[in-house]
Amino acid sequence: FGDAATSIVANPDATTISIEEPGETPGSARSSGREEDDELLGNDDSDKTELLAGQKKSSPFWTFEYYQTFFDVDTYQVFDRIKGSLLPIPGKNFVRLYIRSNPDLYGPFWICATLVFAIAISGNLSNFLIHLGEKTYHYVPEFRKVSIAASVIYAYAWLVPLALWGFLVWRNSKVMNIVSYSFLEIVCVYGYSLFIYIPTAILWIIPQKAVRWILVMIALGISGSVLAMTFWPAVREDNRRIALATIVTIVLLHMLLSVGCLRWTISQYLRLLRTKQLQQPSPAKEE
Amino acid sequence: MAEAAESPGDPGTASPRPLVRLRSATKGIMGLSDISISQDIPVEGEITIPMRARIREFDSSTLNESVQNTIMRDLKAVGKKFMHVLYPRKSNTLLRDCKMLQRGSADSEKDGGPQFAEVFVIVWFGAVTITLNSKLLGGNISFFQSLCVLGYCILPLTVAMLVCRLVLLADPGPVNFMVRLFVVIVMFAWSIVASTAFLADSQPPNRKALAVYPVFLFYFVISWMILTFTT
Repeated sequence: FGDAATSIVANPDATTISIEEPGETPGSARSSGREEDDELLGNDDSDKTELLAGQKKSSPFWTFEYYQTFFDVDTYQVFDRIKGSLLPIPGKNFVRLYIRSNPDLYGPFWICATLVFAIAISGNLSNFLIHLGEKTYHYVPEFRKVSIAASVIYAYAWLVPLALWGFLVWRNSKVMNIVSYSFLEIVCVYGYSLFIYIPTAILWIIPQKAVRWILVMIALGISGSVLAMTFWPAVREDNRRIALATIVTIVLLHMLLSVGCLRWTISQYLRLLRTKQLQQPSPAKEE
Repeated sequence: MAEAAESPGDPGTASPRPLVRLRSATKGIMGLSDISISQDIPVEGEITIPMRARIREFDSSTLNESVQNTIMRDLKAVGKKFMHVLYPRKSNTLLRDCKMLQRGSADSEKDGGPQFAEVFVIVWFGAVTITLNSKLLGGNISFFQSLCVLGYCILPLTVAMLVCRLVLLADPGPVNFMVRLFVVIVMFAWSIVASTAFLADSQPPNRKALAVYPVFLFYFVISWMILTFTT
């Protein structure tokens, strides 16, 4: 964008970028990074985005090349997107900044897969640590955990973006001037926002309740704010109440997923804790 | 594949005027990989051609040779591949000769009814997913070649499984666990190095890490299952 800015300053009549907003000075448009500029960038890009999206996915959907366009990312791009999901900066829109009309399915798919296995492994580890030292404990790898975790996480990563996309398209038809993201971009944001839960799931085997709740608050804060900041420009033009309700629903669903999944991974540990607490009033202590 | 086309006057037997055109390279056939014939070789007269004789001998012998010879040849090829896995080097030539073989032996050592099915599903589903991922990222490795490579590179983890079973026969304790952990970690690293030597070369250079990470995850999950398998 630096080149475009200098070229515009040098030659205001150049048609390098299609900007039709009246009263916008070329010099301040690019380098300030304020929220309005990002939003303008978003609005201007939306036409180009759809055009580019149409140009890119030109193969019919039954060919292999069609699906290859969803994996058209390099290593550094994936790392950048993961970094963007870990460091939400107010005003920086994840979709505009990192995805830039090149949504990929590599990140969401493999981050969800890693999360599934991280949850299963940390659940197994916490079971193992409960019974550490018991010679009679027979460890059983629970594959059901993997299947259930996989179903829940992949359903969340695909169905919630579908619902959100449908909702945004419906509002777009009612209220003009809403930035609407494509379905794949929403899937992409949700997928990358789940990355923070991988270290959280692994650290949840620490048996201190305070540590666990701090961890989940941090994770929820980071990924929730990434989602909120991504979708706030999309619903800002709408009726105030609907906009707020949308953002609150997004964050609430995310919280349900995170707390539900994490508590479920250590469910056996929690059950044991509860039975120990129930037994404490009795004078006779076992073992 | 080698095609030896005889001229119309020769119904395929040795005759005074053999006219043979040998077409295309024969690198793809196991055992003939050192022959590379890539142009027409018209031969006339009573000259016997060693290459022609060798081709015809192989043609008839692969059909008529004893079953034992076929099996020995295949076993030698499998053994060659195992050696490549045990001593991983960047090896493109091996990929060309790769055939897909079943990995039943690795799974039959894990007893227990439901566990066998789960392990089987995870291994095969994981291998297919990794191959699809590699192809979608733009790799130029064929589907079955990649499955073949991933199957062979599970060999070190199979060895780890055997060793863990043997170690578990001793009395359990932290030493027992440390030994098993060490063996599994070493074999896990070995599997990754072996499969990366095969797969990373088939990817464009700025996507190597993206293609290798799923392999890492796959072998990590299998190593975890091996380490925690204590029945």
